Parts: sequence; structure tokens; C-alpha cells
Amino acid sequence: MHDHDSHSHELPFWKKYIFSTDHKVIGIQYGLTALCFLFFGFCLVMLMRWQLAYPGAELPLIGKWFGETRMPDGRMLPEFYNQLGAMHGTIMVFMGIVPLAVGAFGNYIVPLQIGAPDMTFPRINMVSYYAFLVGGIVMLCSFFVPGGAASAGWTSYPPLADLASGNFSQKFFTGQTLWILGMVCLITSSLLGAVNFITTIFQLRTKGLSMMRLPFFVWAQLITAFLLLLAFPPLEAAGVLQLMDRLAGTSFFLPSGLMVSGQPYAATGGGNALLWQHLFWFLAHPEVYVLILPAMGIVTEIIANNTRKPIGGYKAMVYSIIALGFLSFIVWAHHMYLTGMGTMISAFFQTTTMIISIPSVVILAALFITLWGGSIRFNIPMLFALAFLPMFGIGGLTGLPLGLASADIYLHDTYYVIGHFHYIVAPGTIFALFAGIYYWFPKVTGRKMNDFLGHLHFWPSLVAMNFIFFPMLIQGLAGVSRRLYDGGATYAHAQPVLYLNVVMSWAAWGLAIAQIPFFINFFTSIFKGQKVESDNPWESTTLEWATPTPPPHGNFTKELSVYRGPYEYSVPNAPKDFSPQYQENI
Amino acid sequence: MSSSTSHVVTHPIPYTVEIRPDTGLFNAKLGVWLFLASEVMLFGALFSSYILLRIGGGATWPHGSTILNVPIGAFNTVVLISSSVTMVMAWASLKMNNLGRYRLFMGLTILCALTFLCVKSFEYGQKFGVPHGTEQTTEHVTQTAEHAPPHQTALAVTVFSSIAQSLIQSFKTPGIGGKIFPSLLAIGIIFAFVKNWKKTLIAFVGGGIFLSILLTLFQLGMKSSHHYFPPSHNTFMGIYFTLTGLHGLHVIGGIIVNSYLWLPGIRMWQNDPERFTNRIEVAGLYWHFVDLVWIFLFPVLYLL
Repeated sequence: MHDHDSHSHELPFWKKYIFSTDHKVIGIQYGLTALCFLFFGFCLVMLMRWQLAYPGAELPLIGKWFGETRMPDGRMLPEFYNQLGAMHGTIMVFMGIVPLAVGAFGNYIVPLQIGAPDMTFPRINMVSYYAFLVGGIVMLCSFFVPGGAASAGWTSYPPLADLASGNFSQKFFTGQTLWILGMVCLITSSLLGAVNFITTIFQLRTKGLSMMRLPFFVWAQLITAFLLLLAFPPLEAAGVLQLMDRLAGTSFFLPSGLMVSGQPYAATGGGNALLWQHLFWFLAHPEVYVLILPAMGIVTEIIANNTRKPIGGYKAMVYSIIALGFLSFIVWAHHMYLTGMGTMISAFFQTTTMIISIPSVVILAALFITLWGGSIRFNIPMLFALAFLPMFGIGGLTGLPLGLASADIYLHDTYYVIGHFHYIVAPGTIFALFAGIYYWFPKVTGRKMNDFLGHLHFWPSLVAMNFIFFPMLIQGLAGVSRRLYDGGATYAHAQPVLYLNVVMSWAAWGLAIAQIPFFINFFTSIFKGQKVESDNPWESTTLEWATPTPPPHGNFTKELSVYRGPYEYSVPNAPKDFSPQYQENI
Repeated sequence: MSSSTSHVVTHPIPYTVEIRPDTGLFNAKLGVWLFLASEVMLFGALFSSYILLRIGGGATWPHGSTILNVPIGAFNTVVLISSSVTMVMAWASLKMNNLGRYRLFMGLTILCALTFLCVKSFEYGQKFGVPHGTEQTTEHVTQTAEHAPPHQTALAVTVFSSIAQSLIQSFKTPGIGGKIFPSLLAIGIIFAFVKNWKKTLIAFVGGGIFLSILLTLFQLGMKSSHHYFPPSHNTFMGIYFTLTGLHGLHVIGGIIVNSYLWLPGIRMWQNDPERFTNRIEVAGLYWHFVDLVWIFLFPVLYLL
């Protein structure tokens, strides 16, 4: 293995850091790119929040930079607001969180946790990153084409999305077409990634590492990879059909007799707008689990490590996550109760939706039980992981009324929906991702992140997140629609809760300020952070801590064997309070 | 340890060649099966869309055979199935350590794939053909086949009943008759180095029947007239172009991969024959999938 080490030093810069096939470098590339996209997506929504808090008011300082087609005199046009909304959703889900949770953490940590030298297909892994990057760049470029970026929402529902930007002969360089092409790149990327993850986990586990000895994070990544593998292609199919509708003049999603601006639309018709929704949500519901499962994996690692206890019910969690994977494929139409697809179908999907909440609750309960009686270390990763539990809890429980067809009639398309899924994704998944960054930073760089700046990041973020998303639940219960350009100012029933728009907006900008300590901490700690003395600074049990710090090309200095399960903390009569998987005699 | 160290340097990733005992697979084989699972979901979604759109269309949905060129579709089906057979033969040749035969069969596979694409592009061209009035090209095509007996379309669909007739017909028709003997000769030469006169004879007769069916189908297909049926014509044409177009892209992908393995990629045989054989197996699995998709596409679009 020494050969590998010397070999890696001989590689020229562009091969070592740019077109690298090393899973760790690719993981870092994914991570940095995804953090940039997350920040960009957040900027988009901060602009929207200005319009929602102060409808029609001139945006001070930066308002004039956006040009006449977007914000004349610094006042936001409705078209631009729609672009911001559609692209915020797309960027955050497909270019921010999934690449960070799967591309970055999965790539970096999974091979280390299973004792593998790399992923099974290193070059395909590199292609996967570049497909993601190209997809991301196509999406960003779409802001600068005539008519601007896609503005039919992140769900791209037809007929709206089919008809966006006029006649089909002029549709190639338009936002919606580029959205589809960008998605095709992103789908290719996640397909290649998913194949790589599954083969790596099945084929490259080191000696003695049976499936039931895998760290829960690896299980989470395995199930996530299956979801990406099987759920994304139907969206690709839908994208191809929509591309045909837009460019070749077909009518897959256009019903007969469609009128646009009082004129009959020139298409043969005979299509079905509901078809898109079925294909889209067949991806997008499993996608929700793609967003949350890696977060659960990260949180499990950190909670076991910092309570110094085995997690409560490892097997139950594994079986639950497998069940989640299967069930997530048969709940998609709970997004479509109001489409008129029929009460029989609604009843079926309502039942499966209630069933899928059971394994989620099992996992959450297991994590809560783990805290009981533990001697908890309240370090920064643990604070984020602990905050994940109630935040995900709120997000999950507010989802139940949406899963019931009758309650959904009232709540559908209100801010309640936005509040619900942002509770899962923002203070849920993103907090888990922050926890992962603080937790694995010493392994990646050899230095710890600063604790004081960590507190300065965590507490304001936690408060701001709740001030953004809890008011959304209140507004939603008052019946405020999620799609209003003025935040509900023109609706009588929205008046009592209108003041919350200002609260939420200032909380959002406060959340941006709360990220400044993180940026400072992240970049200064790479060079000036406190050096870690051992390869295992958190005294953890899993295999990634058995590598040198930072891990060299090829990862491990000797072949490892695994002798026990992943979370053997505080074993009675053991000399230390942790028994690493890779040590035969403790 | 020293021997294993040198092994590690050439193959840093374990199980690229050898089989992992607990999964029973080498890496790429698991990888390609997963990839195909994803592909099944892609085409599955499109076939489901087809079903939903067709049910929505009701009685207005056209019968595929009234619009599409059934003999040409049947011709392409035979070509693609043959290419799957030659793909297996290519892999089997490597297993039997015969690189020359591998080159031959892989070359035939690529040739079949290219034939498929050429015929497909001709078929696409027919759909974008000249609208009414100027039917010069059509007349030209019909002139070459005017001696053919009637009821040819029905004859071509039921391939087996047509074997005898097509043989006679191919000898009757000057265009085909001129082509059949060189074809038989080519097949004879291919099988000549089997050095077994029984096998050569079987190949001669079998190949002759096979080729004459192909040529008959092709001739019948060429007879069909041009018309202007672009994707926007109706939802049937839309889904036809989407499904066959996406399948065509997969065929192009297969041609690229197979050509790489045929020409530059063959170097790996010198250093690592086992890994090269595995590559052919993996490429073959993909190629059979592309073939299988067409076997679903042909009846669904052309016959139903």
C-alpha cells in the first residue's frame, strides 16, 4: 500500500485535485460545489422574502443590479418571483442537499466505513461529479436566456411548463427546456453514483464486515442509492416526454381543446396532464427519503459516539430503513389528492402514507431512546444532531394531516405544506449535514473546527430556523396560499397573519448572518484549526477512524478485519468506553 | 505478501476480475445489472405512459400497422435478435480462447447494429417524407418490386408461413435473386473453416433461408409509400418517435461500446484476458437488454 502513497504524489495537480478518481477528492469536490449551490439557492429565497415582507417595495442597495427584465427600479416583477421560486426548489433539492448528503458524505465516508480502498468504479465516480457540475451550470445559465429561468415551479407541472415561453419553434434556449436538460445531467450523475454506491457496499466490505455489522450511515446510503437508482428514471422519462412536447410539438401532457389566452392552442391534444404528475411524484416522493435517510445516518453515528452508548435498537433501525425504502415507492399520489384522481386511489395512498410513518417513528424513537442514560458530550456535532431530533419530529408529525385526503383538502397548497417540508429539510437534513461537517472535519483535514464559532453558528441558526418555518404553519392553517406573489396582502382572510411575513423574512436574513461564523470557521480551520493528536479524536468505533489523518490514496495502511458490531460503546469490563470494530482484543 | 502486493498495484480495487464469494459476482456484473434495473424503470415509465395515453385516446388511437411499416420493423427485429446471438458467440469465443472468432462475431454484432440504425433512419425518413403530389421516389421503389405476388404484407407478418414462398419469390424476383447467391457464398465462407461439411451444409441452407426472409422483408418494406407523419401528427406518432428514438440512442451507445471493445479495447486481452472476457460479458448484458426493449417495442407499436 506504500506504493499508492508514493504514486499519488507523482500525479500532476490536475489529476490529483481536478480530474481525480480518488473517492475522497471527489467527495470534497461534491461537498464544496454543493455548499456553493446551497448558498446560491438560499440567496434566491432571501430575495423572495423581501417581496413577501414588503410587496412591491424597492429593494434597497442591490435592487438595481438585477436589470429591467427582473426588477425594474428595484421592484420585483412577478415573472422573476416565479423564476426564483422554481429555481430555489430545484437548486436546493437536486443541486444542494442531495449532492452534499450523498455525493459528498457518501463518497467520502462510505468506502472508509467499510474498509475499502476506493469506490468500485473510480472513473465512473469522477464522471458522476462532472455530470452533476454540468447539470448545475446549465441550470445557472438558464437565468440568462431570454425569458429567464424556469418559472413553472420546481415540479414543472404541465400544461403550464409545456407552454412556457411561447411557440415551440423558439423554445430551445428557454428556461424550461434548459431545466429539463439540466435535470437529465443530474439524473445521469445520480444514476452513476447510485450504481457505484451499491456495488461498493456489496462488493468491497472488508473481512468480517457482514451486512448487520455495517454502520447505520452505510445502510442509509445503501437504501438511498436504491431510491436514486429506481426512482429517478421515471422523471427522466417524464423529462423526455416534456422535451418532446416543447420541441417536437407532441401533446403528451396537453389535453384536447386547450385554450391559451382565449385562443385554441395549436396542438393535436389527446394527452394527459395528470401523467406528468404521476411520473414526477414517482420520483419526488422517494426523493424526500433521499433527502432524509443520509441525514438519519449521520445523526445516528454522532449520537452513538457522543452518548457513549450503543444505539437503542440497531436491528430495528435497519429493518425500518429497508421498509422505508420499499414503502416510499407506493405513497407518491398523496401529493395529488386534489387532482380528482378518485377517492379509491386516494384511500389506497392515504393508507400507505400512514403505514410509512411507522418505520420513520421507529428510527426516531430509537435515537431518542439512545439518549436515555447516556453520558452525553455536548460538542458542536452533537448539538446539531440533537437539534435534528425535535426538528425532524415536528416536520414528520406536521406531515400526517397532509397524508390524510380529507385534511389535505384544506391544507393543500398552503404555507402549511411549505412549513412541513422545510422543517424536515432545513432544520432537519441541513442541521444533520452541518453536524456531519463538524464531526468528520478532523478526519478530512487533520484539524478541528473552532468550538466558540460553532456555538455562534448553532444557536442563532436554531432560533432563526424556527422563526422562519413555524409561522408558515400558522399562516397555512389560516389558509394562505403558497403561490402568492404578494404574500397574501390582497386577501382578506390572510390579513390577521400577514405580520408574520415580516417576522419570517427578518428571520431568514438573520439565518444568513448566522452562517457567517460557519464560513469563517470552515475556511480558517482548514489552515489554522487546532491539530488533532490521534487518528480517532472522537474515540469512535467505526472504521473511518482507523485510517491515517487525512487518509492517503488507497485509504488504509494495512488490510483490516472487523470483529464486532458498529456501536460497541461502554462495553462492560472493557478497559476503554469504546471498542473499535477493527481491534480484535480490547 | 510480495506477490499480493504486485497484484494490488495492477488492481487496487478487489473483485474486478475474481468473483466475491458471498455475492457470487464480480464488480462490473453487479454494476451492469443495477444499471439495467434503472433502465427497466426508464422504459417501464415510458411503456406505462403509452398505456395511459392509449386508454385515454380510446377509439381514436390508430392501429400501428396502418401507419408504420411492419415488414421493415420485422426485418429490424430479426437483425437485432441476430446481433444478440453473435454477441453471445463473441463472448463464447473468448471463453474458448479464440481471439480471431471473437473479432469476427463482434464485428458482425456491430454490423447488425449499424444495419438496424440504417434501416431505422430510412423508416424515419419515410415518416418525414414528401407530402402528397411529388411521389417520384415512391414510384421508383415500387417499380423494382412490381413482379412480387399480391398479399405480401400478410405474408411478411407471419414469418414462418412465408419461408417457402419467400424462397421461391426471391429466386423469381431479379433484384433479390441477384443478391441471394453472393449472400449464400458469404455465409459458406464464414462457416468453411468449421471444416465439417455437415455443418457447412446446415449453415448454407439455414443461412440461405434466413437471408431470404430478411431480404423479402426488406423488399416489402421498401415498397411502403412515403407520407408526412411527424411526432406532432398525433399522440401515437409522438410516443412512437419517443420510444424508438430513445431506443435508437441506446443502440448508438451499444455501437460505441462494442466498437471500443472490438478495436482499441482489445489490447487488454494481452495483459488481462479474464478481465477482457468479463467486459464482453457485461457489454453483452447491456446489448441483450437493448435487444429486449426492441422485442417489446415492435409488437406494442407496430402490431397492436
